[in-house]
Order: sequence, then structure tokens, then C-alpha cells
Amino acid sequence: MAEKQAPRLDLPWRDARPGGVVVETGNSETYITGTWRTMRPVRDMDQCTQCLICWIMCPDSAITVEDGKVAAFDYAHCKGCGICAEQCPVNIKQPHSVTGNLGKVIQMVPEGDE
Amino acid sequence: MVTSKYMPLDGANAVSQAMRQINPNVVAAYPITPQTAVVQNFSEYVADGIVDTEFVPVESEHAAMSACIGASAAGARVMTATAANGLALMWEMLYIAAGMRLPIVLTVVNRALSSPLNIHCDHSDSMGARDAGWLHFYAETGQEAYDNTIKAIKIAEHADVLLPVMSCQDGFITGHGVERVGLLPDEAVKEFVGGYDPKYALLDTDHPVTMGAWDFTDYYFEHKRQQSEVLNSCLPIVEAVSKEYEQLSGRDQAILDCYGMDDADVAIVVLSSQAGTTRSVVRELRAKGVKAGVVKPRLFRPFPATQLVDAIKNCKAVAVMDRAISFGAMGGCGPLFLDLTSALFNLGVQLPVVNYIYGLGGRDTMPSDIASAFADLQEIAATGTRGELVRYLGLRD
Repeated sequence: MAEKQAPRLDLPWRDARPGGVVVETGNSETYITGTWRTMRPVRDMDQCTQCLICWIMCPDSAITVEDGKVAAFDYAHCKGCGICAEQCPVNIKQPHSVTGNLGKVIQMVPEGDE
Repeated sequence: MVTSKYMPLDGANAVSQAMRQINPNVVAAYPITPQTAVVQNFSEYVADGIVDTEFVPVESEHAAMSACIGASAAGARVMTATAANGLALMWEMLYIAAGMRLPIVLTVVNRALSSPLNIHCDHSDSMGARDAGWLHFYAETGQEAYDNTIKAIKIAEHADVLLPVMSCQDGFITGHGVERVGLLPDEAVKEFVGGYDPKYALLDTDHPVTMGAWDFTDYYFEHKRQQSEVLNSCLPIVEAVSKEYEQLSGRDQAILDCYGMDDADVAIVVLSSQAGTTRSVVRELRAKGVKAGVVKPRLFRPFPATQLVDAIKNCKAVAVMDRAISFGAMGGCGPLFLDLTSALFNLGVQLPVVNYIYGLGGRDTMPSDIASAFADLQEIAATGTRGELVRYLGLRD
């Protein structure tokens, strides 16, 4: 996907586009919403069944898929809503690779808790 | 100038006829007395194939304005109609239509807002929406309602305006009152309004845009400043379109309709149908040697402040008549009074002005009521004492 150009944030009022019409389509991608996050989703890649339900349910298109498989969380846009962790249907047999807890393949951890 | 064909029409039907001639792409509307006749007549034109309009019978006025916004954003020429509580239910969407700069034309058949429940005329519905960012026309007659509806399309869609327009007339008084209405030839209206070529349209998939998007702390203020500038500076465009329509129709379309104002000592400023009663009283007073006058603004938003002040500045006393109360405003005055007196103050003109609240809930205001207001004004002019700021006409005391 081509690199999107962020809208200018310094235009004086006379030069703003009437009605707030956005002609640079898809430029919401340049708007970094990952900073809003207080909880971060983490995935145990080894125990993930690749059902893609998290990808379907994510309201911010923040789960990237490559070759039909989930690749990563887009942490620049993930707001940490936790829908992916809530919707994840897979109960893991082994402790989670990131959290060490049992539960789901996707789990939420507090931001800043490295 | 073209020759109008005269027909006996009520004001609502006159507006339906204008809508038929305009032939908008989309009309989304919900019925409410006394507006119902407007879209009821129009829906028959749709059903009979007389117009090409996509008619959307929605489930509420909020939905009506929402559908209008969607259709307008898609690139359509859009109209709707409502009144009273229906207009109130549109409230949220009124601001969105204006903020998105969508040239929707809404005809309002003015009616009192509940509660208590009342279906008759006053201006509390559209006056409550006066800060929503729309242009507001007020019609004295069914003829003016017809004329304003046609002008509204051309003004709203003007490239330097792109704002929605509310075209109001008095419920029942003109809305249901049959009068002689001159209709322009269909072709003349078609040519006058022309085609609509939106700058941005959601259905123009070759030029994709996003409308109504998130506008954060970094642009909302700039967009509102811009919106305010456009509304406040579009008066010359309104005047130019009105002049063009005046030449086409042969009917006066001045922003201010003045009678007896050249040398008036005492004057009344009043919107819509009550101007007719007032004019007849002025005529009688002038026959008795009283220098009385009446100013009827055809436009309330943008407020023609300079023109109004110029019209009344040489008077010795002026009354502003309001068919709505701005509840809690100074003295319980009305919105027209508030705007006009602030215009006088800010343009440095000092003269005694009183406010008459009249006609709420359709209460008749008779020539004798107007005559009593003029008698009050003559006394104020003679004594220089203004007296009570806010007064009531036709109220049982």
C-alpha cells in the first residue's frame, strides 16, 4: 500500500476545506491512535489456530494478515479495546508465551508492563 | 419577465407546485400538521410520474433530515418539509447539514412547539433553529412562500454559499389559506434553478472523498469560523439571486419589504403574514396623517442588520413584533427584537424600541391590536419615555 500523506494541521481557517471534506482518501492511516491504548493485546503465535476471528472482529483494522495468516498487531493503530481477546475462541493448553497464564491465545496486558 | 399563470392555491400547495417545477432528485419527508399538505401534494406528483424525484417516506423527521443529508452528500438536489415538533426532532441533523455545507432546502410551515399541544402558527419552531447555520426566509403570503422556495435552491447551491436554506411560511394562516398565486412557467423555473453540479459527491467514484469525518481540535474551530463567514457574507448573493428572480417574475423580492418608511415617525418591524395586517393599518393611519410605517424582513438569517437599522434609524419610536419568545432573554423578549436591538446598539443608533409578543399558538392579532401598538408608539415618540420593554398583543390581561 502506498504511503499516505498526513493532512496538514496548520492551515488558516480561510484555507480549510469547506465542510471538512477529505479528498485525500484513506489518510486516517496517518492518524496514530495507538497512543490511546492502556491495554495491549498479545498473541501466542504457536498456539494460534489461524481462525482469523480476531481479524474479522477488530474495529480498527489493526490486525495485519499476510498470506492468509495473522502476522501481527498494528500497534500504531490498535486502541487496545480488547475485542480480539474477548472474541478469541481458542483456549490454550500450555501457558501463554507472553503472559505465562492459561486462557486465550490473545490476552490483554497493561501498557508499559514490559 | 415571464407571465405567471394564476391559480387559487393554499400556501402549502404553492410550495408543492414550486417543488414540482424544481423537480429535485430526492425528497425525504415525514408528515406533520400543518406541513403535511406540502409533501402530500408532492408525493402525488411522484406517484403520477410528473416529477423524477426519488421520494423517501421515512419513519421520523430525524430520519428525514438524515436521508436528505445522505442524498445531498451523494450529489443530489434535495428538498424536504416540516413544522414544529418535527423540526425540533430534526435538530441534531440541522447542524450537521449546515456543517457539512449541504445545500438542502427545507420548507417550514410554522407551528407552535408543544407543550401544551397546539397545531397553530407561531415562530417558535424555526426561531429555535436560528443558530443552526441555515439561511432563513419568512414569507408573508403563499406567493412569497412559492417564490422563496425557488430562490432558495439557487442561493443554497451557489458555489460561494453551499449552505442549507429554511423557507418558512405561517401555518394555517397562509399554509392552509387559499389565495391567488402566480406560478412561473415550468420551463422558466427549470432554467432559473439550472442543474446542480456538486463540487464533491459521494457517488462520484472517480473522485472519492470522505464527508462528515472526524474533525479534531486541530480543525473544527477553523471550519466553524469558515461556516460563520460564509453565512454572514452571503447577503450580496441573496440579493443578486433575488434581483434576478424579481426580473424574471416581476414581483418585488427585496430583502426588506418597506411600506411608508421614507418618512415614518413610528414603525413596526414584523415577519411573515402579520406584515399584511400591519400594512393595512399603516394605510389607515397614513390617511389620518400619522407617519406610520412597516418593515418586513424577508430574510432573518443571515440577519440584515445594516439594512434594517438604515430603514428605521430616523424613526422616533419602533416596535418589533415577535411570534416567539426567547425564554429567559432580557424581559422575556423575542428573537427578532434581540437581534434588531443589538444591531442598533452596535451600529451606534439610539432610539426607543419596544417588543410586542403576539400570536403565540395561532392567536389572532387583529387590526385593532396593531392600531393599539401604533398608538403606544405615538405616545412614546411624543413623550420620549419608552416604558415597558416587552409587551403582549391579544393576550387576556
